[in-house]
Amino acid sequence: MPFMPVKFNLQKRVKLAQGLWMIYWLSVIVGILLFSLGIFFKIELRKRSEMMDNNESHLVPNLLILVGLLACGVNAFGGKVCHDSLDPIKFAKWKPMLKPFLLLCCGFNALLLLTALLCFLMQFAVYLTLAEGLKNSIKFYKDTDTPGRCFMKRTLDLTQIEFRCCGNNNFRDWFEVQWISNRYLDMSNDLVKDRVLSNVEGKYLMDSVPFSCCNPGSPRPCIQHHLTNNSAHYDYDHRIEELNIWTRGCREALFSYFSSMMTSIGVLIIATIILESVDMAGLKYLTTALETMEDPENPECESDGWLLEKGVKETFGDLLAKLKTLGKTNQVVEGGDAPEAAN
Amino acid sequence: MALLKIKFTQQRRVHLAQGLWLLSWMAVMWGGVIFCLGVYLKTELLRRAEVMDNTEIHVVPNILMMVGLASIGTNWVASRVCQDSLDPTRFPRWKVPLLAWFAQLLYLCPLSLYCQVGLRNGIRFYKDTDVPGRCFQKETIDRLQMEFRCCGNNNFKDWFEVQWVSNRYLDFTSKDVKDRIRSNVDNRYLLDGVPFSCCNPTSPRPCLRYHLTDNNAHFNYDYQSEELNLYSRGCRQALTDYYMELMNSTGPGVLSVILIQSLTMGLRYLQTAVETAMVLEDPEGDSEGYLLEKGVKETIEDLKINALTMLKFGQVDPNAAEGSSEVADAEKDEKDAPPSPAS
Repeated sequence: MPFMPVKFNLQKRVKLAQGLWMIYWLSVIVGILLFSLGIFFKIELRKRSEMMDNNESHLVPNLLILVGLLACGVNAFGGKVCHDSLDPIKFAKWKPMLKPFLLLCCGFNALLLLTALLCFLMQFAVYLTLAEGLKNSIKFYKDTDTPGRCFMKRTLDLTQIEFRCCGNNNFRDWFEVQWISNRYLDMSNDLVKDRVLSNVEGKYLMDSVPFSCCNPGSPRPCIQHHLTNNSAHYDYDHRIEELNIWTRGCREALFSYFSSMMTSIGVLIIATIILESVDMAGLKYLTTALETMEDPENPECESDGWLLEKGVKETFGDLLAKLKTLGKTNQVVEGGDAPEAAN
Repeated sequence: MALLKIKFTQQRRVHLAQGLWLLSWMAVMWGGVIFCLGVYLKTELLRRAEVMDNTEIHVVPNILMMVGLASIGTNWVASRVCQDSLDPTRFPRWKVPLLAWFAQLLYLCPLSLYCQVGLRNGIRFYKDTDVPGRCFQKETIDRLQMEFRCCGNNNFKDWFEVQWVSNRYLDFTSKDVKDRIRSNVDNRYLLDGVPFSCCNPTSPRPCLRYHLTDNNAHFNYDYQSEELNLYSRGCRQALTDYYMELMNSTGPGVLSVILIQSLTMGLRYLQTAVETAMVLEDPEGDSEGYLLEKGVKETIEDLKINALTMLKFGQVDPNAAEGSSEVADAEKDEKDAPPSPAS
């Protein structure tokens, strides 16, 4: 008893072939979209790699690129098969390839599922690399004369301006590092000497933040220095001042950016899986309808199409039996061929 | 002697019609692109309306939008002409619109490079974050300076000439504040400092914003030779450069002119070929297409005679027996008539 049989006449077959051809080309476009999203994601990771300590994982964008290319290829082939399906001569040459093609589509769907899962799970990895990377970025902010780190200041400033954030968790992270290079400190000055001596590591710490933390939406010109000292500024209370500098931390800002990107890519991949499944079902119906034509010479005859030749349970039973026989080929068969079977 | 005659078979006519149809749809889309460019330019200008000094610059996006719409309209007509050209019953109704089409002037994208934008008012009202209608001036200027990497109108010294710190944040009991206010006629609090948005993130040194002209206020600082600390470009220059680039994109302009020229020529060939075919006994046979029915000189003579007859349409025929005033008019016109053919 076939699974989900449908009767087909000529018109239905033609319509199925045409509709399936359109859906296959739509899937090719979706494949191109996945490919370009993979490239976009890769570029974004590269752009922010300094914030992530240069050891971010490029697994997801690489997989996306691969999946996009595969989708284009597989769906273009499917479209070609549909295009030729109503011409018996052309279709005959595609016939033997159809079963492996459908198996390949199954495997491709599994790969898509894996990619979607990774999109959702790798967000944790991104979060952890961001936390570590930003901490180091803030530490190396002042090292504009050290090769390999000379652009850290510019990158961090531009990131804080673009993402409207300050520091790792919040602006107080800047109070714990020396972000002014010793080249610009007058070591003979008493104030400087006091600050340097006030902590164990001899760092020049102050309660100030870089200019990139400033919020342009504040009604007041930005107060960057002596942030915790209310008397240093007129009409200023650091506990209630909210608009002066950005209150959000850059880890949170960057993470929400990447996580929204990865979530939307994951949703798109799930939509692609559904589209691919529809493609596979359509192709199966089309091929079975073409194969079961009673009179191949007469195109007007009716035929049956189905998804599975037997019911679901029986198909699974057959598959399991096949797998078992595959596994048994290396074992000895009882009563005969013993010397050959023994390895 | 027709100008640039080409022989057309039915097949060639069909191909010409199809090609022109495709070309005219591309031109429609191109018109859409130009329209969108005009809309984008207009929104950009409106966004910066607070800091733009004049409104004459809006002429360019308005013209772009009109050109885009006109291009969409006329090229849609051209595509309909192509569609109907091979149907002898529907083609004749397009005769008059086609003549009008050929008479159109070439769209010349007026790249009026006249542009005088400036930040004069913007800088003056920077501090007025509590005045309705000006409360967002500060944020706008800050974002503008950060986005376009500029400072002040011509350079950063423009900020020295206005009071950009609101009186709400000035401690009038402080001696320093009182000194500064008394130092000028208008009692403004002027200082040699700039807002944070002037800071250049690529500077190796944390940004210095105050006491810019005082070398002793900062360690290892020379006001004359310091280049990277703040943005050196004025915003007038930055904005002008940006909009020049946007409007100077002559690429689309040249491309659209070429497209329209080829479309015009192709349509003319199609029209003449189809008309000659319809006149012949065998509408499906060969016919000739040309640009002009007679040579260039003869066509110009014909046009002149046509124009003169049109002008004479409102005048009285001198041979008709009418009133004396009309005879006087006729005499006057006869005096006018001789000079014109000679011109």
